[in-house]
Parts: sequence; C-alpha cells; structure tokens
Amino acid sequence: MTPFTTLTGVAAPMPLVNIDTDMIIPKQFLKTIARTGLGKNLFDEMRYNLDGTEIADFVLNQPAYRNAELIIAGDNFGCGSSREHAPWALLDFGIRCVIATSFADIFYNNCFKNGILPIVMPQEVVDVLMADAKRGENARQTVDLVAQTVTTSDGQTFPFEVDAHRKHCLLNGLDDIGLTLEKVSAIDSFETKNAVSRPWA
Amino acid sequence: MTARTLYDKIWDDHLVDRADDGTCLLYIDRHLVHEVTSPQAFEGLRMTNRKVRAPEKTIAVPDHNVPTTLDRANAATMTEDSRIQVAALDKNAKDFGIHYYPVSDVRQGIVHIVGPEQGWTLPGMTVVCGDSHTATHGAFGSLAHGIGTSEVEHVLATQTLFQRKAKNMKVEITGSLRPGVTAKDITLSVIGETGTAGGTGYVIEYCGQAIRELSMEGRMTVCNMAIEGGARAGVIAPDDKTYAYCMGRPHAPKGAAWEAAVAYWKTLFSDEGAHWDKIVTLKGEDIAPVVTWGTSPEDVLPITGIVPNPADFTGGKVEAVQRSLDYMGLTPGQKLSDIAIDTVFIGSCTNGRIEDLRAAAAILKGKKKKDGLRAMVVPGSGLVRAQAEEEGLAQIFIDAGFEWRLAGCSMCLAMNPDQLAPGERCAATSNRNFEGRQGRGGRTHLLSPAMAAAAALTGRLTDVREMM
Ligand code: SF4
Repeated sequence: MTPFTTLTGVAAPMPLVNIDTDMIIPKQFLKTIARTGLGKNLFDEMRYNLDGTEIADFVLNQPAYRNAELIIAGDNFGCGSSREHAPWALLDFGIRCVIATSFADIFYNNCFKNGILPIVMPQEVVDVLMADAKRGENARQTVDLVAQTVTTSDGQTFPFEVDAHRKHCLLNGLDDIGLTLEKVSAIDSFETKNAVSRPWA
Repeated sequence: MTARTLYDKIWDDHLVDRADDGTCLLYIDRHLVHEVTSPQAFEGLRMTNRKVRAPEKTIAVPDHNVPTTLDRANAATMTEDSRIQVAALDKNAKDFGIHYYPVSDVRQGIVHIVGPEQGWTLPGMTVVCGDSHTATHGAFGSLAHGIGTSEVEHVLATQTLFQRKAKNMKVEITGSLRPGVTAKDITLSVIGETGTAGGTGYVIEYCGQAIRELSMEGRMTVCNMAIEGGARAGVIAPDDKTYAYCMGRPHAPKGAAWEAAVAYWKTLFSDEGAHWDKIVTLKGEDIAPVVTWGTSPEDVLPITGIVPNPADFTGGKVEAVQRSLDYMGLTPGQKLSDIAIDTVFIGSCTNGRIEDLRAAAAILKGKKKKDGLRAMVVPGSGLVRAQAEEEGLAQIFIDAGFEWRLAGCSMCLAMNPDQLAPGERCAATSNRNFEGRQGRGGRTHLLSPAMAAAAALTGRLTDVREMM
C-alpha cells in the first residue's frame, strides 16, 4: 500500500448526500479479478452517456477537475455495498482523500486499506471546503495527515480526527495481515480455548 | 458483572487481542465467500505464499453472477468476464480446500440463504462475508457483517478481523403486526424512521413482541436490511424458534454437542439494565404495508401515501429528493397506488426464502398477472426452489404467468443478464433502490413479497390488504 502523508491537490465538489457505491462504480465493472483499471469507470453512469460520450456537466469531466485528487461531498458517502471496487476505482482515478460530513461504515474502513484517507468534518467546515473547491483548479487544498489538518487554498486550516492505529498504518503504508500475523500466538491460544468452550463453532 | 447487551457478550467471547488504542482483534467463526469480492483476496494469498488458516470454517458459493435461467448449464448463457469470475472461485475453493457449493449443486444459492440453510450460521457466532447483506445472519443472534476484499484476505489468512467496538442501539417493535404487514414492512419502516445513516456506528438489536412473533425467515428479512439503515450489524436474541430452525441442519451440532450449544445459546440475550446508546421504538400496530418512492431505502411511505414534495425536506435532502423524483419519473402529490409498473421481481437474500414464496403465492393463487407485465420469481437457493415445487407454489407462479427461475442474486443487482431497461419500472422484493441498481436507468420500488404479488396482478403498486 502506498503511504499517505500529505497531499496537495484539486478538490472536486460533489454536494450530494448518500453518494452510494453503485454510483461510484456500477456493478457491471465488478466482474474483474484485478484491483486496477477501474478509474475510467469511476462514477460511470453520472460521467458518460449511454453511447460512451462524456456528460460535460459532470464535475470530473470539467477541465478544472479532471485531475482532482480530493472529493468534497455530503452526508453518508459510500453507502451501499461492501465492494472494495469503490475505493479501488477512486484510487485508480487518482483520488487519495474524500472529505464528507459522514461516511458509511464499510466504505470508510475500505478506504484505509487502500491508502485513501476519508475525513469526517462538520457541516460548517464542509461548506467552506465545498465553496473553496468550487473555485476550480487554482483552489488547491492541502491535507496533512501527520498534523491532522486540512487547509483551504486561501490558508484556512481545520483539524480532523483519525483513529491512531489507522493513521499509523496509512502513514507507513502497512499491511494489516502482516501486523496480525505478529499476534499469531494469541490466535492459537484463542482457538485452543475455543475448542473447549464452544466446540461446535 | 456489569449488565451487557447481546452484542457485548458475543464481542467479549471473540476477543483475541485488545491494543492500548482500543483496536481489537476479533475471532471469526464463519467466513462466507462469493465470486465477486474474493478473487483479489485469494490472489493476495498466492502472492504472499499464505494459506487459508481455517478452511473448515470457510464456505464458498457463486451467486452474484450466475444466470438464473433454466439453460444455465450452457456456458454461453454467461458473459466472458462472469465466466472467468465463477471459474476463479471454482479454482480457489479447490486450491485452498474450502467448502464449496458449485453452480451444479442443488444446495447452491445466495450466500446468505445457503449459510443458515446448511447450518453454518449458528447463534453466538461471528460471521463475515465480502457482502454487505451479511447482516442477515444476525437473525440467529450471531454478530454478522459485511467486509471489503482486503478484509476478506485478512480473514482468510488469520481467521480474525481488526474491529472497533460499535455502539449499542435497540430497535423495539411493540405489539403485533396487522394482517398484510410483514417483516419487510418492519425493516423498511425502521429505515424510514432512522434514515440510511441512522444506524452508522451502531449494532442494532431488534426486539419486542412483533419481532418475537416473526419466523426465522422474517427475522432474516429484518436483519438483512440493517445495513440499509447504516448499522454495522443487526442482531436478534435466539429463542426456541431459533433452536428449532437450526436443529438437524447438516452443519449444526448433534447429540451432546447440541445440548452444550443450546445451554450456551440460552445465555445470549441483553441483560436487564444493559446500556443502550440509542433506542428507537415503533408500534407494530402502526406499521402499514410500505413501498419506496425514491432512490434511497429511507424514501419509504405507506402504500396509502402520496409522492412527497422536495420542498418538504431540509438540508441536502431537498436536492436529493428532486434528483430522486426526476430519476424515478414521479410527480409530487401522485398517489403511490397509481404508479404503474412494468416488472415484478420476487427474490434476493432479503425475500427469497420459502416463507416469502408462500406469501406471494397465497396472493397469486388461481389468478393471472396483468397482461404485458414481466414477472419473475428467483428462489434464494436450489433447496428453496425444490421445496416450493414440492408444495405446489411453483405451479401457482407459473399459472399466474411468472417465470420460475433457478437460484441466484439475479435482478437484485443485475450483474447477470436479468436487468431493467432504462425507464423500466420494477416492483422488487430486494433491498436497494439506488440509481441503476437493477440496470442503468431502471426504476425500483422496494416492497414485500405479498405486495409484489399484488402489484403483478394489477400492474400498479397496490395495497395488498385490498386482496385479502
Ligand atoms: S441477493 Fe442482492 S443483496 Fe443479496 S447478496 Fe445477492 S446481490 Fe447482494
């Protein structure tokens, strides 16, 4: 996993609530056995007409946002299915950070596993970031994971919360499985105990 | 000992390790696997030379992609990429030595229907699957939730999962349901009440007389949609109905082990005085047969209602409702029971069990669907299908003009050829009405199996109580 420390980039404003995983990556693109290559179909149905041509209005099709690295959105971003294809598609497109007032649980989790930082901010802050993002490609925002701050293009800085374990893994690009296997003796002894207390399980 | 909730108890009994920062490593009793969210995880194992730690606790079944038409043994019914995904699961199951129900097996079906049916899901277990509707298994009083593909790989390799404890939420449904009202109406009404983010950060325990009175099938329907309410999981304390359902299933314990298991299961309830972070109470008598009108499962109203006006909402929801209505092709003020439909879909892990098919067949018996309407029944598993044939339900559906399909997810998410055309309007017993969920431009109204059957007869959303 690519570590995440700081990021300065264009933020795409998506002032919608309940942006669900079917919008982020429709199911016809889940039939892949790879993790890469999904970026071209990110937000497919909002981004392309049926004949494959681009829908000019859609934010990521506008010249200012074609290289966006952040998304600013409304409540409950990533609701819906558990598909990790959603963060894979975001990442493949180049999005490394999503800032919203709230996230769906599984999506939030999946982001961290893929080097994407999801940030929860209160509505007032999202409003400021959204307004800043709407100013286009010169309005580059900065996310500093070490300091846990987001800074707008005109220098307003807002702090955010992140779980210490997740922050550590993201900063260092650590793989969870490796970390867990260091605790293999705890798993062994749990299984031994379990074989007695809940043998049917 | 302090008073604990059911969730607290299951959590405590599965805790392998707790780090100083509160991150916990939880042991996983059952890992269910399907073809869409697992190939990258198995590939990860291969690349790192890792094995499946507990293959005997890992169960795989293809469901999302598989065609449900009767000719599906013919490989030409699948697209190339679907075929590759199913073939990858065939190979991974074999290479890693996990339990497997291939497409050709009569026990094949939707993973969340197969798990309980085969006795893999038991009370007090932790159950995970790379699918958000894993919440279904909570009906047994097990802690069950969806995980992403990285976590699938993590569970395969370690049989554990990193978790932070969620908060406790109690959803109580008091009293009894009125005739024509079902588990689906309960679960949709709860989401209508709390919103799709209302459960975020919580595990919900459903309780109260109306929940106790539900069958296991109904309880699975309720827990299935906990995720649509944003919750990590939904649980229902096990009782005699739960034990009766589990007893004798192929992978349920037998003899003395059964007795020991039941004795343990009887300790699985929320203690008097346990702490709840949030409580929601609905009166069973107040719940009506409901339908969704928008593109979020929280957009739910009694069938006697009218399409709402975006102006009546606040915040970001105003634009969302306007967008929903444009997408759904509806006008504020329109009566829900006047909405004409093109298609009826009965199936999915929400409502593809035998009781669901019985409820739909009871409405359809001796009648015919409206002319020109497309209607299909997709049983949740091969065994549900076989039982429905034995009970004569299949014939009722066929006589009513429904297609009688083989088991799979089918039009719930339309990854196989079962899809809506742009603008096509569907009454569906599944769980998501998102834009494009059942096919690009397709319009979905979620409802119960009985309501879906009623809609098939009239060709519009219909109050099933008028037909009883
Ligand atoms: S039936 Fe639908 S919701 Fe259930 S597992 Fe299949 S696709 Fe997911």
